[in-house]
Amino acid sequence: MKKDVTVTVNGHKYEARVEPRLLLSDFLRDTLGLTGTHVGCEHGVCGACTVRVDGEIVRSCLTLAVQTQGSCVETIEGLSDSGEITDLQNAFRERNALQCGFCTPGMLIAAQDLLKHEKEPDRAQIREHLSGNYCRCTGYQAIIDAVEETAGMRRERKP
Amino acid sequence: MTSSPETQEPLSALDRPNSYIGKVVPRPNLDRLMQGRGLYVSDLELPRMAHVVFVRSPHAHANIVAVDAGAAKEMPGVIAVVTGEELASVITPWVGVLSHLKGLKSAPQRAIAIGRVCWQGEAVAAVVATSRAAAEDAAEIVSVGYEELEAVTDMRTALDPETPVIHASLGNNLAFERTLDAGEVDAAFAGSEEIAEAEFIFGRHTGVTLEPRAVVADWNAAETRLTIYQGTQAPHMVQNIAALHLGLEESQVRVVCKDVGGSFGIKVHIYADEMATYALSKLLRRPVKFVADRIESFNTDIHARDHRCRGRIGVTRDGTITAFEIDDLTGIGPYSMYPRTSAIEANQVVNLVGGPYRTKNYRARARVVFQNKNVMCQYRAVGHPIACSVTEGLVDLAASKIGMDPLEIRRRNLIADDAYPCASASGLRFELLSHHTALNKLMAMMDYDALRTEQAALREKNIHRGIGIASFIEVTNPSAAFYGVGGAKISSQDGVAVRLDAQGSVVCQTSITEQGQGSESLTAQIVGSVLGVSMSRVRVILGDTDQTPYGGGTWASRGAGIGGEAALQAAKILRKNILDVAAAILQSSPTELDIADNAVVNADDGAPRIELRELARIVYFRPDTLPPGIQPELMATRHFVPREYPFAFTNGVQASWLEVDTDSGFVKLFKHWVVEDCGTLINPQLVDEQIRGGVVQGLGAALFEKCVYDERGQLTNANMADYLVPMSGEMPDIDVGHVVSPTAESELGAKGAGEAGTAGAAAAVANAVNDALRPFGAVITEIPLTPQLILTSLKRI
Repeated sequence: MKKDVTVTVNGHKYEARVEPRLLLSDFLRDTLGLTGTHVGCEHGVCGACTVRVDGEIVRSCLTLAVQTQGSCVETIEGLSDSGEITDLQNAFRERNALQCGFCTPGMLIAAQDLLKHEKEPDRAQIREHLSGNYCRCTGYQAIIDAVEETAGMRRERKP
Repeated sequence: MTSSPETQEPLSALDRPNSYIGKVVPRPNLDRLMQGRGLYVSDLELPRMAHVVFVRSPHAHANIVAVDAGAAKEMPGVIAVVTGEELASVITPWVGVLSHLKGLKSAPQRAIAIGRVCWQGEAVAAVVATSRAAAEDAAEIVSVGYEELEAVTDMRTALDPETPVIHASLGNNLAFERTLDAGEVDAAFAGSEEIAEAEFIFGRHTGVTLEPRAVVADWNAAETRLTIYQGTQAPHMVQNIAALHLGLEESQVRVVCKDVGGSFGIKVHIYADEMATYALSKLLRRPVKFVADRIESFNTDIHARDHRCRGRIGVTRDGTITAFEIDDLTGIGPYSMYPRTSAIEANQVVNLVGGPYRTKNYRARARVVFQNKNVMCQYRAVGHPIACSVTEGLVDLAASKIGMDPLEIRRRNLIADDAYPCASASGLRFELLSHHTALNKLMAMMDYDALRTEQAALREKNIHRGIGIASFIEVTNPSAAFYGVGGAKISSQDGVAVRLDAQGSVVCQTSITEQGQGSESLTAQIVGSVLGVSMSRVRVILGDTDQTPYGGGTWASRGAGIGGEAALQAAKILRKNILDVAAAILQSSPTELDIADNAVVNADDGAPRIELRELARIVYFRPDTLPPGIQPELMATRHFVPREYPFAFTNGVQASWLEVDTDSGFVKLFKHWVVEDCGTLINPQLVDEQIRGGVVQGLGAALFEKCVYDERGQLTNANMADYLVPMSGEMPDIDVGHVVSPTAESELGAKGAGEAGTAGAAAAVANAVNDALRPFGAVITEIPLTPQLILTSLKRI
């Protein structure tokens, strides 16, 4: 029953034999020990499990591990180590845009996705883009502030 | 010297190099969470760890006829299938009552049901396997025979003679009743020129912590010791209860609490499935992990609110409120929760209604009834949203009756800022509140008069916007009056130990816990400020009963006010001890020395004398060089609990500005304002974020959140797609302002702020919706304010 899957995660190539029903979120967390990907709702609503597959953000709780055959998967650990979102993380820290932190990895990845595609998002656009990522602690405002701040800083850096 | 000290202003406490109290500083260690390198219980793996999945009742009320686990036990990876009877050999049942809630009764509750289930979702068997998936596969083929019983679901008929009694031994379905009659209520109503009344209805909702409840229990048979890794707000409470019911000494139980993915009061209780997990680990002699899935969370995490409260207010034409009267009814599920009980919310409603106002005429009755639904208990702002919505809804109804502006009627009735200390009609003692200052500040922040003008102009264009105001009081810094006096072993005091390590850094162990509020930050800020040490050199250890002093933890807005004061006092002792040693080393006097920027300095001119790193080196490695008779004590511990007031009340006021689409029934929130007074602000940013987060949870209750049960006791929306919580796109920006009235009970002067946002948000929104609907003559006193409810009130559907 098990299937072979070869997948690149955060730049490292993994070969694994997994059950077809294994979710990408469980593969990342339980098989690879990448516990920065969180599972909140288990059916694609809360966004805590957001990762990047071949550059696009996906819900890893709605994706099977076998679907990532031949793909490049990036998780919060990889995005942190590469430095790609350091400025966004700094803005989150300065603005206290996280409390319990459980939604934060997914929130950062979703925000980075917006910032990659939209250089000058207004607050309404940021709120709309992050509406698939639930946060129960902050009330969202600090998160919106931090993303807005990061967008502004990136524009200044790259005129 | 290039500058003369005489010409400089003396440094204030806030200007010293390491003064962090009152300043915005980033919380320490956020990188761990932002890089996905935290350790939540759901992340934890231990050697030989097994996973438990519970077989849960699909019925709200049923006899368990038989449990057949034969086939399940043969499934690959299955270690055991355990029933309630089997687990009862390891763990004893409990009853969730407190002696100070007179008359409160409940029935014995078990870790796994025996003989009968009383709500949909109650566990009937545990399947333990080598993986979660294997346990889930086996749980599916455990065959349970049920004989369905009539479910008691409607709180309004729970006490009727023809309704079945859920626990025969209790005689009826009444868990608790409290009445209060203060002042001259009948005379006051008789003397009123207008009386307004309404029934206020509150949806049953729940916390939806993004990380579900999770526990890893590790019974080490060789050590005869149980280590519980759990995302709990109260580690010492869990230690006490686990030991009590497993027949252990508390010294045999260690509770470790690392990162916690949201709590909000959901994770301050003792749940049957968590108790079962502790017991399973002991029974099976190996680590056992339980992580609730989202459906289990909805069916078993405590629910809250679900009140129906009739309220009445009397008023004279000059706007004087003459009396309040309420009759509150709430259904709490089949058991009173353990150990904090499920009577506290109704009790708080009785305590808090009318709390901001002067009138001494107040009559209340609250009844708490059993039903076959999930258990209810304390969730963020316990009772406050009910009391605030009823009070503020009535005040607006009274204002409407006499044609007075909502702000004006509040101005005429809020307790005067110079009236303190004083007490409420229900006997709550207020040390120092600031209702009027807060109201004035709110009015300025929101530009009230301009909004009223805008509202009137838009009405001409058939656009219906509303302004809602809600004043509130909040219970914070609870003393033993909350739980201890009722017999619960829940500490109201907290302790902090502070020590200088061998490199002159500071290690601080505190009994308060962290779920993102900033407990670690406020502790480091206080300790750094008192000691004159950089925050980066203060490491805070929380959440481990083996490591920290004994204390209550973080709940009921108590962490900063109680744990913060313990940190302050411990740091003061350590500071004195450091200066004593420094004086001996430097042949000086402690009074001539100070500590600043990680070094002992001259008190008068600030000149550095010895770095703490060097002082620590001498103390730990060359004590032979110290003068004879000196025994340095570079560790100090202090505890604190408020003694003068049972609670440190805070106050505040909120306002909402919104638009009601009278065609669709949708509510669009434009702006929300809060002015609150939590005394000393340790970190204004963290306080603001507590307020904002609390407001949004209150907005969820106001507009979206409701556990929808059918008449058979089936929860019909137990998932995140159907149970709506606030999303970023529909939330407004929230402006927060402060008034600062420190409590004199502590040197720090801090009160709590964790629940203020939730306390008043729904009341402000409901008042704003009714304000918007005023031209239609519609008044809604029910939340959540769904489009259906709004359109029904407009007679559009």
